[in-house]
Amino acid sequence: MAFLKKYFSNIFQAIRSLTTGMRITAGYALRHGKEKITQQYPDNKKTLVLPERFRGEVVLTHDENNEHACTGCTACELACPNGTIKIITKFDVSPEGKKKKALDTFIYHLELCTMCNLCIEACPTNAIRMAQTFEHSVFDRNKLTKKLNNPGSKIREGVE
Amino acid sequence: MPSLEHIANLVHDWLNAQFSPGLALFFEFFIIGVLIIGLFSILGLVLIMMERKVSAWMQLRLGPNRVGPKGMFQTVADTVKLIVKEGMTPDGVDKLLFNLAPFIVMIVAMVIMAPLMFAKNFQIWDINIGVFFITAISSLSVIGILMAGWASNNKYSLLGAMRSGAQIVSYELSAGFALLTIVILTGDLKISAIVNAQSDGWWIFKGHLPVWIAFVIFMIAVTAETNRAPFDMAEAESELTAGFHTEYSGMKFALFFLAEYVNIFVVCALGATLFLGGWQPLHFGTGTGFNRVMDYIPSSIWFAGKTFFLIFVIMWFRWTFPRLRIDQLLNLEWKYLLPISMFNLLLATLITIMGWHF
Repeated sequence: MAFLKKYFSNIFQAIRSLTTGMRITAGYALRHGKEKITQQYPDNKKTLVLPERFRGEVVLTHDENNEHACTGCTACELACPNGTIKIITKFDVSPEGKKKKALDTFIYHLELCTMCNLCIEACPTNAIRMAQTFEHSVFDRNKLTKKLNNPGSKIREGVE
Repeated sequence: MPSLEHIANLVHDWLNAQFSPGLALFFEFFIIGVLIIGLFSILGLVLIMMERKVSAWMQLRLGPNRVGPKGMFQTVADTVKLIVKEGMTPDGVDKLLFNLAPFIVMIVAMVIMAPLMFAKNFQIWDINIGVFFITAISSLSVIGILMAGWASNNKYSLLGAMRSGAQIVSYELSAGFALLTIVILTGDLKISAIVNAQSDGWWIFKGHLPVWIAFVIFMIAVTAETNRAPFDMAEAESELTAGFHTEYSGMKFALFFLAEYVNIFVVCALGATLFLGGWQPLHFGTGTGFNRVMDYIPSSIWFAGKTFFLIFVIMWFRWTFPRLRIDQLLNLEWKYLLPISMFNLLLATLITIMGWHF
């Protein structure tokens, strides 16, 4: 008799789980006017609000003094799974004559980037972040290779 | 008020007054053919639109909203696109069978329309074996699907067609048993007799337990029989690209697509006729004011409303449930639906003999 009990309990469990699913989708169908996840993109370009964690492209944040927090440690370059980032470093010479490694050029290949966020997580000084831009189409592929640090920018005081 | 019955009688009388009876019958055949083709195209447009909107609502999307008001002409645009596409026949296929298959599937869907009762006394052919006729003809559609799969000379098409054969043949059994429950309760195979038997209450109310079980089994079985998700073994997009119609394009593909939706309409119309009283309005008790209000609604609207409700339920299934694997699919049929429907048939017989239904 145990198998019969299992047989019928299977049927009732199936009915219960299926009706649960159907209740959820029916709820969605009834609420379809109030809650929408579709963005009518080119029409709502002015009012478009992207989620906070949207991953558009990697940018190096500069403050108002044109200073960034990148120490040139290349942790992001090592973390990148497909060679999107290339860091070229130089040596700054301090007034005391001490040499210190610093960022020269932050090269970012947008055409190779999969927006996986691993570089952001690897960065020890939170120098880079994901921007909320997504209109990346260009006519020339070379325009996708970007230099992220602004000309004349330097590392912020106190960032090690 | 001009009902469909009234219009049909007017046309019949006028034709008989103008022509000899044989010629009048010929013209009636012609008119019916045109009406069925017209119904097909309208159903194709409406049901595909309905499917896309229902799926959008259930996933909190908008659905098509660009062509026409609220996107209502999207399917018209799609149809125009499919018509102007080249009707290509690939090189390696069996040319005759490949081109024949979509028409077989389509003609089967058309023939099943014959005994359906669309409104009060509005029916193409009130054959005395109506339910049997529908089940017999609907099994022919598997021939069209197997033909398409075999003629395509493509392993995915053949696999899809074979699976679909196994699926349709097995689910026909439990669909047939579910229909038999109603046939037993009514004591007649004729569609008009089944509808008339429900004038004092639909079978789903009158027949209680066995009819409820039969109704659920019927809905599951016809979802499988029309090859729709969660039982879309014949198509199986993720495994077989598109199953039996992988090699088809343009209007030939559109015929398969249309036949799928018309089949849904037919099985839902059958379900509405057998379980929900066909064109009979909703009545509680006898002679109450509520009943009189319900009687004012035309019978064609009742029939269409019930049919579209069942179509909505089948679409609801599709956008809620995950797909079954082929072995799970056959397990469900042979281990669950078939034994249950057999016992249910016994129960229905007992209830009919003892007169325990209302």
